Amino acid sequence: MTGQEPIVIVGAGPAGIAAAGVLVAAGLRPVVIDQAGTGGGQIFRRPEPQLSRTLEDLYGFDARRARRFRDDFHRLLPNIDYRPRTEVWDAKPGVLHLVDNGVVGIQRWSRLILATGAMDRVIPIPGWTAPGVYSLGGAQIALKAEASLIGRKVVFSGTGPLLYLVSYQYAKAGAEVVLLEAGRPFSDPGNLLPLASGGLGFAKGVYYMAWLRAHGVRLLTDSSPIEITHDRHGRAAGFVFRRRGVVTRLPCDAVAIGFGLQAETQIADLLGVAFHFADLQRQWLPVADAEGRASAEGVYLAGDGLSVRGSEVAALSGEAAAMALLKDIGRPRPAMFGRHRVIRRADRFRHALDRAFPFPVTAVCDLDDRAVVCRCEGVTAGAIRATASSSGETEINRIKSFCRVGMGRCQGRLCGPVAAELLAGMASENIQSVGRLRSQAPLKPLPLATLAGTR
Amino acid sequence: MNWERGMKMFAWLDTPARSLELRSTCRVDVLVDGKAISARLGETVLTALRINVGHLHAFDFAPEARAGFCQMSACQDCWLWRLDGTRLRACTSLVETGLELSTMPPEQRQ
Repeated sequence: MTGQEPIVIVGAGPAGIAAAGVLVAAGLRPVVIDQAGTGGGQIFRRPEPQLSRTLEDLYGFDARRARRFRDDFHRLLPNIDYRPRTEVWDAKPGVLHLVDNGVVGIQRWSRLILATGAMDRVIPIPGWTAPGVYSLGGAQIALKAEASLIGRKVVFSGTGPLLYLVSYQYAKAGAEVVLLEAGRPFSDPGNLLPLASGGLGFAKGVYYMAWLRAHGVRLLTDSSPIEITHDRHGRAAGFVFRRRGVVTRLPCDAVAIGFGLQAETQIADLLGVAFHFADLQRQWLPVADAEGRASAEGVYLAGDGLSVRGSEVAALSGEAAAMALLKDIGRPRPAMFGRHRVIRRADRFRHALDRAFPFPVTAVCDLDDRAVVCRCEGVTAGAIRATASSSGETEINRIKSFCRVGMGRCQGRLCGPVAAELLAGMASENIQSVGRLRSQAPLKPLPLATLAGTR
Repeated sequence: MNWERGMKMFAWLDTPARSLELRSTCRVDVLVDGKAISARLGETVLTALRINVGHLHAFDFAPEARAGFCQMSACQDCWLWRLDGTRLRACTSLVETGLELSTMPPEQRQ
């Protein structure tokens, strides 16, 4: 690794672009690798020009922040080495392996800021692999980036703030919406004050709920999903759930599933960054110090890929990581006026949200044996349970090699956390002792012809 | 929060639900399994096929239609084929003129 190699940022959402802004202000020219065609991440994801709408229409209350983000991004563009539509498929100290429009390449780095964001956490409701069933984030992307709804009669099943936001956006866009919240977010009166400390963030949530109620949208808490039924073409056609002992079947033409968010951490894992189990978020997260330095040399972490805390904290943590980097390479850096205080306050609200919308562990433990947990390889909950009991093993990587759960194209992104909960529940073991799936290259599927450089 | 923003928070009483206005857009024909579908320029292959075909490919190990899931290139359940046999991920590929796709692998096509 020479000092000549560039600083590389992976991700161009709020965290990545905030980090880039600090580095550019210090006179550096970072490489910014973006999976999308233009900056924004998922939160400020931009439609193609043909399908564009006003910022107010696209981002609602966040329009102002979206405009500021866009302005920042375009101002930075001449001063960064921006690589749109580029994915990282392997990472080693000092090197990233990329694929860009079917062409593989190498990007060396002297310092690396990972701002890889988060994705939906899913519970594999039996029948979820059918056409018409999408992740909650996916449902929002269809609307935001492509002015299209996943269906006209949509059931939103899951938990967490995003469930209310996307339900609201769909109802507003003319869809017939039913919102089935798995938990009981306001059942703990002791959590109300910490929630209210969220100020505007909390007010927005209350607004979405009030809007949904005022417009006659069915919003049922304490609703456990049982099954997604299909029509004769195999498409999603109904949603069966249990609420206070009563089983109900709702007709629908689409389902969105989202049980909170999980950090996208594969690149950090390949680089040997240490992980810890975050009890409240109930997921493995990469370890970083208060400023974002990871345990691997020259690696910094920011945004939801470090810890799911939302886009405002993501931007602050991106700036913090870039400033830590500047300090480490001996450059002067601007002062962090009050940022840590803002992050701490936002953390308090986030903890309250995590308590209000916990991941429903029992819903995973109670999964029907026929539920397909790993949609790539078709491994059912029953197969995972049978493998665990016949082998006597509960370590997730061993279970993977026995029954292929997590071995498919998505690299266990969707099924890994579910399989871990199943194994822990079965053995009445601590979820931490089950471990986490080790990341493997290629992180995204890569046709052999691409790797061979023939295409 | 200033006054104007505060008032905006209560404006919901006046905003009725409305249909999503799809701006009239340029359309493009895409060939899927030999049949032409009309897609909006600017949309992904996933959305075009979700709306016009209903599925993208079959699950590898059973006769079960799949139409993607995450729409953010994480789940990898939306790969299909160009007619030349190369593969394409539907959620990150935009429709374009002259695109010819197959929902079946080359060896299963007649």
